[in-house]
Amino acid sequence: MKRIIIVLAVIFAAFSIFAAENALEIFSWWTGGGEEEGLLALFDLFHKYYPDVEIINAAVAGGAGTNAKAVLKTRMLGGNPPDSFQVHAGMELTDTYVIPGLMEPITFIYKELGILDKFPKDLLDIVSYKGEIYSVPVNVHRANVVFYNKKIAEEIGMTKEPTTWAEFLMYLDKAQQKGYTGLALGDKNKWTSLHLFESIMLAELGPEKYNKLWKGEASFNDPAIKRALSIMKDILKYVNSDHSALTWQDATRLVFEGKAFANMMGDWAEGYLKTLGWKPGVDFGWFALPGTQNAFMLVSDTFGLPKNAPHRENAIRWLKFLTTVEAQDTFNPIKGSIPARVDADKSKYDIYLQWSMNDFATKAICPSIIHGSAAPEAFSTALMDAINIFVTEQDVDKTFKEILWIAEDNGYLAD
Amino acid sequence: MILRKKNLVIGISVVAPSIIAIAIFVYGFISWTLRVSFSNWNSFSALLRGEYKFVGLRNYIRLFQDTRFQTDLWNTLFFTLFFLFGTIALGIIMAILVDKGLKGSRLFQNLYLFPMAISFVVTGTVWSWIFAPGTLPNNPQGINLLFHKLGLDNLMWGWYTSTDSLGHFNLALIPVIIAAVWQLSGYTMAMYLAGLRGIPNDIIEAAKVDGASEWKIFWKVKMPLLTPITLSALIILGHISLKIFDLVFAMTGSGPNFVTDVPAIYMFELTFRSNRYALGSAIAIIMLLFVAVVIVPYLFTSMRGEKR
Repeated sequence: MKRIIIVLAVIFAAFSIFAAENALEIFSWWTGGGEEEGLLALFDLFHKYYPDVEIINAAVAGGAGTNAKAVLKTRMLGGNPPDSFQVHAGMELTDTYVIPGLMEPITFIYKELGILDKFPKDLLDIVSYKGEIYSVPVNVHRANVVFYNKKIAEEIGMTKEPTTWAEFLMYLDKAQQKGYTGLALGDKNKWTSLHLFESIMLAELGPEKYNKLWKGEASFNDPAIKRALSIMKDILKYVNSDHSALTWQDATRLVFEGKAFANMMGDWAEGYLKTLGWKPGVDFGWFALPGTQNAFMLVSDTFGLPKNAPHRENAIRWLKFLTTVEAQDTFNPIKGSIPARVDADKSKYDIYLQWSMNDFATKAICPSIIHGSAAPEAFSTALMDAINIFVTEQDVDKTFKEILWIAEDNGYLAD
Repeated sequence: MILRKKNLVIGISVVAPSIIAIAIFVYGFISWTLRVSFSNWNSFSALLRGEYKFVGLRNYIRLFQDTRFQTDLWNTLFFTLFFLFGTIALGIIMAILVDKGLKGSRLFQNLYLFPMAISFVVTGTVWSWIFAPGTLPNNPQGINLLFHKLGLDNLMWGWYTSTDSLGHFNLALIPVIIAAVWQLSGYTMAMYLAGLRGIPNDIIEAAKVDGASEWKIFWKVKMPLLTPITLSALIILGHISLKIFDLVFAMTGSGPNFVTDVPAIYMFELTFRSNRYALGSAIAIIMLLFVAVVIVPYLFTSMRGEKR
């Protein structure tokens, strides 16, 4: 009996260490590969500045964040928020947590540090709601990029990167005639087809109108969206027939293995190609999806400040720390993304990322649908299902009608 | 008398914890899910505000009008039919072969039973590699590559990426059914084997004396005696297939045009991706009703049997 009491006391003591005054609990789904390494490097750096603060890494693995998001919702609902958590910039934060009043605005951090002009204005707009900023963007990925196999490009006589649909489709056709897959797609997990479609939609609408959709200033009932569907239909002719058996990695791998000419993916694919041993600019090239050269489809991870964070002081320290060039330049080269600050040190990044950084600072920034920035999750999953059906049935009119319904269901303009 | 009372107290106190736990974690949660399914909780903020608005059967009506859910129901129906037929037929055949007591039958008995020890996720992943079609016709993969090497190019097919269907039966379900049958037919074999070995020898001898053929003995003597086993197998496998999730999720996902989608996947996505908790709960209740349709009659008959 005595022994049991001692054991219990020890366990209790262990728990009370976790609940220590000077702690900081960071919640994320960065649990593997470069992401985890980057996060740990951030923790080390933070530790250098605040050696007394004990960091609790509350990362939840699996499902590309789906599991983590479910755990987070339960914690927020139960009034037990972490001190700060990873969330995609935009609606994923705004719709789920800001509008119900669970987050604290952090505009004061930006003002105090005088860094409002160090982030692109379009990006700050995405993380703001009613004039207040709610999170700190840490990294930025670009979603509207096509990566291609340079050897195959040479073989089909591509000297200049295509900038129009006609050129793009011509090269896809040439690749197919030579026995390659034109555009590799792996939509076993469904999201990749919407990933492709949203950028085609962006190309047809143009960045200005695309951004207006989400502010309720433009209607989905636009011939450009219908055109986007027919372009998607044209492109699907050049997609590998087994696309629904593959994941995005498998699709990118087809390019690497010389079986496919190109793959349209977010630039995490660049990181993947590098892990496979390819050199950017030597073995593979890239270009923005035709029609989106003047736009930057944004996927960004941010951290925010929940109300009633148990260690609010430390959470603010953490957020301030994340806005620094030093922190952003520590994390991003490891993860293979670019910093959200426009004044970061370019020499730390490879040539692809430098290209992306240039565009990020100069082009129009547009929120991605499938990666949670543009619209609530209910909208993006419904649209994902509609596009999944479209990939098989390729019925432009029917899918267009469905898109209008989904827009209307979620309170966007549709007439 | 005192002893009995003491026994009663001990008895109740022994079962009480599990009764309480079941009351909360099974029936409590079922009734909570039922309550959510009648609510307007179709967004995270509605849930957060906690304002409960009763909307009657609206969520159910919406589901039955939803084309994806309709596909799910057809898929469940066909998956269940073929899965039950496949596992039971294969189970009986393997049981008979093993029961013959030929040399090495012990080994095969274990071999057939092994797949059951593997988790559905592993089965799903491996079979998704086997049935991955590759890009036809030039770059076949998996089983298509085998057919190609054997010169059976006609048999190369899109497998679970195929969007062909016969009526409402999506052919892409075939590889999924094969994987499920592979995993659980060993289990039915074990059940039938136990049943066959439990049949007293004198009955069979008596039938032999009466001049019944081997075939006739099987159908007229053994099969009727195996009926309770068939019934248990149907119940156990039936409830697995009605609520299948992990195998399909790991192997094919929802598939192109939802050809391999099942209600459980849709439930998961509605609840945890779209935050439509009320719709997700409605699917959970519908699945519960399906399983209840299978299990409740069985419970009644077995309870009546016990009373007798």
